[in-house]
Amino acid sequence: MSDLTTTAAPFDPTAPLRPSGNLRRRQILSRLGEWIATGSALLAVAVLVIVVYTVFVRGSAALSLDFLLKGQPEGIGPAIVGTMLMVGVATAIAMPLGVLVGLYLTEFANRRAAAAVRLTLDLMNGLPSIIIGLFVFGLLVAGRSQSAFAASVALAIIMLPLVARGSQEVLLLVPESLRDAAEALGVSRWRTVLTVILPSALSGIVTSTVLAVARAAGETAPLIFACSVFDSTRFDLNVTEAVPNIPVTIYQLSEEANPESFARAWGASLVLISFILLASLGARAVLARGRRRPLR
Amino acid sequence: MLGLIGYEVVHGASPAISRFGLGFVLDSSWQPNPPFENFGAGTLLFGTVVSSFFALLLGGPIAVSIGLYLSLLAPQGVRGVISPLVEMLAAIPSVILGFWGILVLAPFVHGHVEPWLHERLGFIPIFGPPQTTGASIFTASLILTIMIVPIIASISRDLFLAVPQDVQDGANALGATRWEVVRGIVLPSTASGVVAAALLGLGRALGEAIAVTQVIGAGSEIKASLFETGDTLAGRIANQFPGAITEMHKASLFYLGAILLVIGLVSNLSAQWIGRRFDYRRMAAAE
Repeated sequence: MSDLTTTAAPFDPTAPLRPSGNLRRRQILSRLGEWIATGSALLAVAVLVIVVYTVFVRGSAALSLDFLLKGQPEGIGPAIVGTMLMVGVATAIAMPLGVLVGLYLTEFANRRAAAAVRLTLDLMNGLPSIIIGLFVFGLLVAGRSQSAFAASVALAIIMLPLVARGSQEVLLLVPESLRDAAEALGVSRWRTVLTVILPSALSGIVTSTVLAVARAAGETAPLIFACSVFDSTRFDLNVTEAVPNIPVTIYQLSEEANPESFARAWGASLVLISFILLASLGARAVLARGRRRPLR
Repeated sequence: MLGLIGYEVVHGASPAISRFGLGFVLDSSWQPNPPFENFGAGTLLFGTVVSSFFALLLGGPIAVSIGLYLSLLAPQGVRGVISPLVEMLAAIPSVILGFWGILVLAPFVHGHVEPWLHERLGFIPIFGPPQTTGASIFTASLILTIMIVPIIASISRDLFLAVPQDVQDGANALGATRWEVVRGIVLPSTASGVVAAALLGLGRALGEAIAVTQVIGAGSEIKASLFETGDTLAGRIANQFPGAITEMHKASLFYLGAILLVIGLVSNLSAQWIGRRFDYRRMAAAE
């Protein structure tokens, strides 16, 4: 007992109040960890800024009214129209299907079936897009010719899980009390869905569709199989033919390895990236506002 | 739907499957010109695995740190700005990232990073002498890193945010530093979720075609050095499919797709499985 009192250092009021020894080492380690974490976040943001900045600076050099409106070699007008056409058709296929799948998951499916469908959607979402390209090639292109429709089907397969999972999430947010109220009034199930549930989840469904559109608009791999041999000098709105589109245009120009092609590829990249960033930023802003202010 | 995709891919590959059998997977020759045509996925499998694992090795820790920063360190306002920016990185189309990789990243890597690494770490065979251009497995890995970091970061951020605050408060009250709270509480309780996130990122890296084929240089030999050109399963399909004329060439590319499909499904399924186990454990803890 007496040993303990003698070995403890006497309290020295003049000693600095700075941690020393083990505590100091632990604090330094902790501080180091904080710096690494902060640095990683800054690194990611820096990469984003560098990529977007390069595209904007080099792309704006190529940008002009002619570039946006005319066909090759002056501009990429037909490709812009073609991409809009393909993504539009893909949305027309994927949005109703996706919403229906979302509705099935939240309103109609039993737990077992819902889990199976959800797993399938997640696996589809994780599928490499080039596999979807091979699939569409085998299904719609082989033995026939490339077409914008085949490309739209491929894009729709990519969009479907995004739309379905997104609308499932917003449908889950629809308060149970609304469903109960409709049921208490004797409204049939499908009318409840049509008149109560869908309208209150509409903004969320639109938002997740816009996010899916932003993803699909930049997909290149499936288009290489479905829609890559086209006449890029004229406008074409025929979905049974291959129409020019922006992603494949960028890909082909980047493989050409001459400065003029590169300049045009930067311009096309600028158009594509502005559309995608605007669409996904806007959708995210709406989504964030909706989360903060839940449904009335 | 999924079954149909699988069927169609295997159906397209059937001539190659019946001719080359399972030996295709490890055979490393690739001679598309008749009459010597012979195909094998060995080199491509090697390139795919090496580039993706290197990307995961590099990107995984960075992404988890970003997740930690966004969930535990960043002030509310800063988090609201940086979170969407990191997710925006995932929204950049791969073709643009690949194009940027050719013209901006590859010259920089070739001019500065590769010589530096070779000078200092050249005794390790993977850091061989730089080649004539910046197109290499290394550059492809960097591009893949940029693609998978936002995916892993946003999933792990959500995981870390779900760690109960009172457990962290308890550790803080015991005098643990921030790092010790992370190391002792946050990471162990989310470990399987983080692994699942990493597997999802890996799946994305394994299947990326366009950006990789733009920067990897389409090499056809297995080499030890990361600075040599190489090729991946997905990259080879994207690169050669439009120009494939003979039936066997096409079928072989389909075969590559079938291998890729199997790898992708395995990595995604195991991510799901591990993630689900994590859910059960968390539910059990909450009860």
